[in-house]
Amino acid sequence: MTPELAVSILMAVVATSTPLLIAALGELVVEKAGVLNLGVEGMMLIGAVTAFIVASATGVPSLGVLAAALAAALSSMVFGYLTLTLTANQVATGLALTIFGTGVSALLGASFVGITTGTLGLVFPANLATDPILRILFGHSPLVYFSLLMTLGVWWFLSKSRAGLILRAVGESDSSAHSIGYRVIGVRYLAVLFGGAMAGIAGSYYSLVLTPMWAERLTAGRGWIAIALVVFAAWRPGRLLLGAYLFGAVITFELQAKAAGWSFLAPEVLTSLPYLATILVLALISSRRASARLAAPACLAKPFRASA
Amino acid sequence: MSTLNRRQVIAGAGALALGTAFMPRGASAQVSGRPVKAAFVYVGPVGDFGWTYAHDQGRKYLEEQLGADKVTTSFVENVAEGPDAERVIRQLAQDGNDIIFTTSFGFMNPTLRVAREFPDGRFEHCTGYQAGPNMGLYNSRFYQGRAVLGTIAAMMSKSGKAGYVASFPIPEVVMGINAFTLAARKINPEFTTQVVWVNSWYDPAKEAQATGALLDQGADVITQHTDSPGPLQEAEKRGAIAFGQAWDMTSFAPNAHMTAIVDNWGPYYVNRVQAVIDGSWKPENVWLGMKEGEVAMAPFNEKMPADVKAAAQKIIDDTKAGTYEVFTGPIADQSGAEKIAAGVVVPDEDLLKMDWYIQGVQG
Repeated sequence: MTPELAVSILMAVVATSTPLLIAALGELVVEKAGVLNLGVEGMMLIGAVTAFIVASATGVPSLGVLAAALAAALSSMVFGYLTLTLTANQVATGLALTIFGTGVSALLGASFVGITTGTLGLVFPANLATDPILRILFGHSPLVYFSLLMTLGVWWFLSKSRAGLILRAVGESDSSAHSIGYRVIGVRYLAVLFGGAMAGIAGSYYSLVLTPMWAERLTAGRGWIAIALVVFAAWRPGRLLLGAYLFGAVITFELQAKAAGWSFLAPEVLTSLPYLATILVLALISSRRASARLAAPACLAKPFRASA
Repeated sequence: MSTLNRRQVIAGAGALALGTAFMPRGASAQVSGRPVKAAFVYVGPVGDFGWTYAHDQGRKYLEEQLGADKVTTSFVENVAEGPDAERVIRQLAQDGNDIIFTTSFGFMNPTLRVAREFPDGRFEHCTGYQAGPNMGLYNSRFYQGRAVLGTIAAMMSKSGKAGYVASFPIPEVVMGINAFTLAARKINPEFTTQVVWVNSWYDPAKEAQATGALLDQGADVITQHTDSPGPLQEAEKRGAIAFGQAWDMTSFAPNAHMTAIVDNWGPYYVNRVQAVIDGSWKPENVWLGMKEGEVAMAPFNEKMPADVKAAAQKIIDDTKAGTYEVFTGPIADQSGAEKIAAGVVVPDEDLLKMDWYIQGVQG
């Protein structure tokens, strides 16, 4: 294997993993606060279409990313109002948000099908990324560095900061948090808002970086993978990073092996690799049953009503 | 176009509950004094800018050509291949559509089942091989276009290796891979085609990643049998050449896009609906190609050298004239054994069931 090929494969792994990581980080914080938002796919699509529309209207892709975060956060507030204020069922509302996001993104993007826009450029000077080794460090989209910084940030927030402690308390025991004076609903609103913004940014990665275009259902179900990754990671940011990159690596390996024409593994076997890997890791995690059960926030998906 | 309102849905559900024994047929045999109701079932979104988009352009052409007093159309998009398709097709038949076009290979069996339940309905299935007394088949000879792409690929490739981003190993796709490779090996006998199955008709990110992997592994020409412009964008980014799928995709890859196979369904849909109006509709197995204009090529990229343009144009002209048939023997299979004898042209029914690869195809 030449160094160029190795670098190219590595870059592909990073590109595959990054949007999954961003969306899953958002969902992780939401779930840590005790809310299950299954609308990630819908919010990603809203983010993807908004990013594309704003980027092509202004010619500034970074504004598109910002707008994607805002638009998806706004849509998450609809979910927040229904589930937190009106205590609607979270699973049903989340699914409705996905269906809504799919439809509204198709509607908004209808006149943007078939055109292209500028892609999000690099953060570092392009000449830094000409050397294959330096390319691994400096040749990525800004959103890649963003995703890594956010992983660190979310980890620090949840495990080291006082605000993170409150958020976890709300997710583990809403009534106790309420009784000592924390505003459960307010904290959950903020978490849902953050989850929405992150899903929107993840969506913008598809329409501005990976395949700079808009087409209906552009994200093709990646939001569901992001939700699965949160469980897979047992609600830990570090493991989430690992999980997202493992998933990206398996998908990349599948395509590279097929493209290289490796005949000792049938294409059908290669195709099933991501699923086999998922089953394997889930089996490993659940073999330590007690810790797996402890990992899920105790109040996940339970509506909260303040009692007198 | 029309959409279902709640009352129609309730009426449909009620009809189902009562059973079909003494209910009037949902679809009616005679059409007179009112517009024909034509329905389309799509596997992808109408905004995919590929396969489904092309069918929907055909639907719009049908509306334009015949006008609202002769035809009203409706469509259901994003229909999964399988049980869901049967439910959708049945609902459309129940709703009194005079003719229903189902436009994906995986809709064949669902269409067949619903067609049996509605003997007075009219059904047309695209790309399948099983028909019925009230169910016709139609398809385009896309392989004729694939031969043009193969010719261009072999003349422009430096590595002699093409990457093929493919969806599912069904006859339609296998036929395309073989046609592409056959035409390419007439130019360069050492030419090979590496196939990557992405197991999806539409997944822009995965299609683009598969393209990246193929380019990493030494291919310098990319072609696809999936529906999004993802592969073209990746080829553009990496400086390779590629071809559009189902529609002119130049805007996505002005440098990489050499030409595209354009699906031109409109005239066919007009013909068939006109036949319903005239009362002359009967199930047929229609397979049109370049000669009839159902398969067209997008304009050649200006960057294409003159000799390549000329060679590609010659394939188009000869195909239209009926003097070029890409599936003409001798054709060897992957093991190198002769499968089709010299001078023999593979008959249509064998093409539609094609499940073997020619020499030079890998993957």
